[in-house]
Amino acid sequence: MSPSPEAIAAAAILVVVISAYALFGGADFGGGIWDLLAGGPERGAAPRELIDESITPVWEANHVWLVFILVLLWTAFPPAFAAIMTALFVPLSLSLLGIVLRGVGFAFRHTAQRLQMQQLTGVLFAASSLITPFFMGTAVGAVATGQVPVHPAGNVLAAWTSPTAILTGFLFVAACGYVSAVFLVLEARQRGHEELRRYFSMRATAAGVLTGALAGGTFTELSASAPHLFTGLTGRALPLVAISIAAGITVLGMLWRRWHHGLFLRVTAAIAVAAVVWGWGLAQYPYLLPTSLSLAAGSAPTAALVAEFVVAGLAVLLVAPGFALLYVLQQRRMLAAAESDADLRLAAQPEQARPGTGQPAAAPASAVTAVTTALVLAMLAIKAIRDALSPSRRR
Amino acid sequence: MLPTGGAMGAVAHVLAVDPVPARSQMGSSLGFHIILACFGIAFATVTMTAEWIGIKRGDPAALLLARRWSKVMAVLVAVGAVSGTVLSYEMGLLWPGLMGRFGAAIGFPFSVEGIFFFLEAIFVGVYLYGWRRLSPWAHWWSGMPIVVAGVLGALSVVAANSWMNSPAGYTLSHGKISSVDPVSVFFNAATPYETAHMVLAAYSVTGFLIAGVYAVGLLRGRRDRYHRLGFAIPFTVAGIVAPLQVMMGDIIARFIAHNQPVKFAAMEYVSSSTRDAPEWVGGILINGHVYFGLSVPAFDSILVGFSPHTRVIGWDSVPPDHRPPLPTLIHLSFDLMVGVGFFLFALAAWQGWWWWFHRRLLVTPWFLVPSALSGVAAVAAMEAGWVVTEVGRQPWIVYRVLLVSSAVTPASGVPVTLGVILALYAILTVVSVGVPMIMSRRWRRETPAEEEAERVPYGPSPAGAGAGAGASAAGPPAPPVRRASPGGPESP
Repeated sequence: MSPSPEAIAAAAILVVVISAYALFGGADFGGGIWDLLAGGPERGAAPRELIDESITPVWEANHVWLVFILVLLWTAFPPAFAAIMTALFVPLSLSLLGIVLRGVGFAFRHTAQRLQMQQLTGVLFAASSLITPFFMGTAVGAVATGQVPVHPAGNVLAAWTSPTAILTGFLFVAACGYVSAVFLVLEARQRGHEELRRYFSMRATAAGVLTGALAGGTFTELSASAPHLFTGLTGRALPLVAISIAAGITVLGMLWRRWHHGLFLRVTAAIAVAAVVWGWGLAQYPYLLPTSLSLAAGSAPTAALVAEFVVAGLAVLLVAPGFALLYVLQQRRMLAAAESDADLRLAAQPEQARPGTGQPAAAPASAVTAVTTALVLAMLAIKAIRDALSPSRRR
Repeated sequence: MLPTGGAMGAVAHVLAVDPVPARSQMGSSLGFHIILACFGIAFATVTMTAEWIGIKRGDPAALLLARRWSKVMAVLVAVGAVSGTVLSYEMGLLWPGLMGRFGAAIGFPFSVEGIFFFLEAIFVGVYLYGWRRLSPWAHWWSGMPIVVAGVLGALSVVAANSWMNSPAGYTLSHGKISSVDPVSVFFNAATPYETAHMVLAAYSVTGFLIAGVYAVGLLRGRRDRYHRLGFAIPFTVAGIVAPLQVMMGDIIARFIAHNQPVKFAAMEYVSSSTRDAPEWVGGILINGHVYFGLSVPAFDSILVGFSPHTRVIGWDSVPPDHRPPLPTLIHLSFDLMVGVGFFLFALAAWQGWWWWFHRRLLVTPWFLVPSALSGVAAVAAMEAGWVVTEVGRQPWIVYRVLLVSSAVTPASGVPVTLGVILALYAILTVVSVGVPMIMSRRWRRETPAEEEAERVPYGPSPAGAGAGAGASAAGPPAPPVRRASPGGPESP
């Protein structure tokens, strides 16, 4: 039985969302790892500040990708979700622990005043950035090696403690550090911070080499522990593996030659990671849990999958304008933390011209237009859902 | 905050059921998250009301309040994002039997919620960081998506819970879902009632909790415009909601009497189906007898069907193993919720009356002390309401379709994660109460007019608010100090 086109499309969306989380969430975790390795309070102050500045505005939005992964998995592939959550109860609970501690560390870090408290919350944030990707990696390793049974009777300890799974855990940690360091090189360059640029360039190279080595090691392990995946990776997914290797080497070369063309470096590093995720997805096809649960057997009824596509479309329609607004405002430097309340009097007098604001008229126009556009798009989308779903209701 | 309010109930109840640790873990997670969710749903409305007053009247005190509230809102939404993720995980970690079988149906409302979660996260960022550079009205409008996303997000998540109470929109064949109608899943029979009740509860909890903080300030003698507005704005928002919530409660109770009669029987101590059913106020059920309760003859029948001859279905209509455990807990939780609902209504009506005839804020301790406690009471009522709806559905996880015992995870280790989760929620509570407290202390240092009050420990903690209010009630109230200038920066 071959899977329906809807099931394949849902799996493709899932892989895209996972790669988005691997990049954005991974860069966040990586930031925490570099924070952990930055050394004492004085030596690590400069890199820590850069990490903090670049993660703070985005960590919450990056986090939403994870929620989307969970929701998509349980709606589109319920049996796989149930099996994974049961068999991998331990590593997933540990990764959840990391996520919570990370949020706590983040929330308290900026309000804590005493150095000791700052250090404690900093360590909390950094250590949880390490354990979360590691245990997520072991869980992915367990799924990829086909160690998750369809109907687990309980925890399956052996699934995520196999050498391949442990190696995948380390691979995830290294990859997070790699993505993050590359992004931080660019952040440092944008701020004209030459010393930090060199600092993170060195670390990006080291993490890149380590990630490559671990990926090679995992690949070799897979030949014995996951024959189905290995066949896929050396077969139909081989182009993606090759792209990832090429992109990884290009990034190392660019770092070595100090050719930091912003967008190009960022995209190439992203491709190096995303191609591996897509390669994994393609190599595992047609299985959700190799080789016990196939896509055809494990996917939800078509109407549920179609509903997920509508949600995904709606998410793009609604969230994209929101992100665009956020981006535009940030580019125009309209967003700034208001530390003191001294300028409130100015805000209370809208008629008077306010010093220091670049384009006073442009902002309301763009904000109102974006909100109106979002509302119109939302209404159109609701109409589209109703049209799309009305036949299924009649049936 | 009372994160353990729901947990206590859940802990007590699960002792009678099989999947004890999983049920308590879910109960404590939900009981904690729901408080933060209230702020996610309603805080933006309160903040934007203050900002609107500030811009419209050029009122610096109102603007200062709005700006400070937006910072607290950002912290609470961030902690809420984390605790919400915990719940997403737990749906699978604890209830794989539910998600594996019905994920295709119940997943849809959760997916829709994801969109609103995203929007909220984006616009909270714009609103928080846009104070300085955006023009006043553009900034005000940037808060509007948070209000809309809050309500629609609540609608989506509560729709998933409504579906568990009133499952619809799917076809089973051989125990597996063979087709799904997502629209019917989303708009099941219980959705309109449960979502309206929860959104109103969110506004009530948020409004009364914030008002309670400033009520303590007023009781301590800080009677400046900053504190009076800080009390009046959230209290008005919550006060408008209070009568609506009483009406909604009455409507939803009648709906449950028809839709989930066994749950209703446990709520009202109806052991066998009967006409002239009495309404029990309070009371403990021991061996089929109600002790220490006040019985109003035939009133339950009147409430259900507007006539004493209305037949109310009792729990004897289903076999004993399909009846909810601990009817005493369910009944007393229900009574607590109804009692608090009327208390909040009375409080709002009192202030409304005073405002109507005197155009002034009531500042007598007789009013301010209960107002300071109103937020905690609203939280207790909401937690009690969730105990009623969740424990009242037992032993079903999906009403009359799937038992809790067949949905629970076979994985060992839940008792361990339960312990860890409780410890984590203790930490999260410290964060969500402590961070605003640290902020408030820092703010008072910024405001010279308030500096003399620095020694007094005062923060937006409902627990602290309660204690403070009690202390003030015991001693003579501080003399009212009216300041001509607002508590914020001096007016231009």
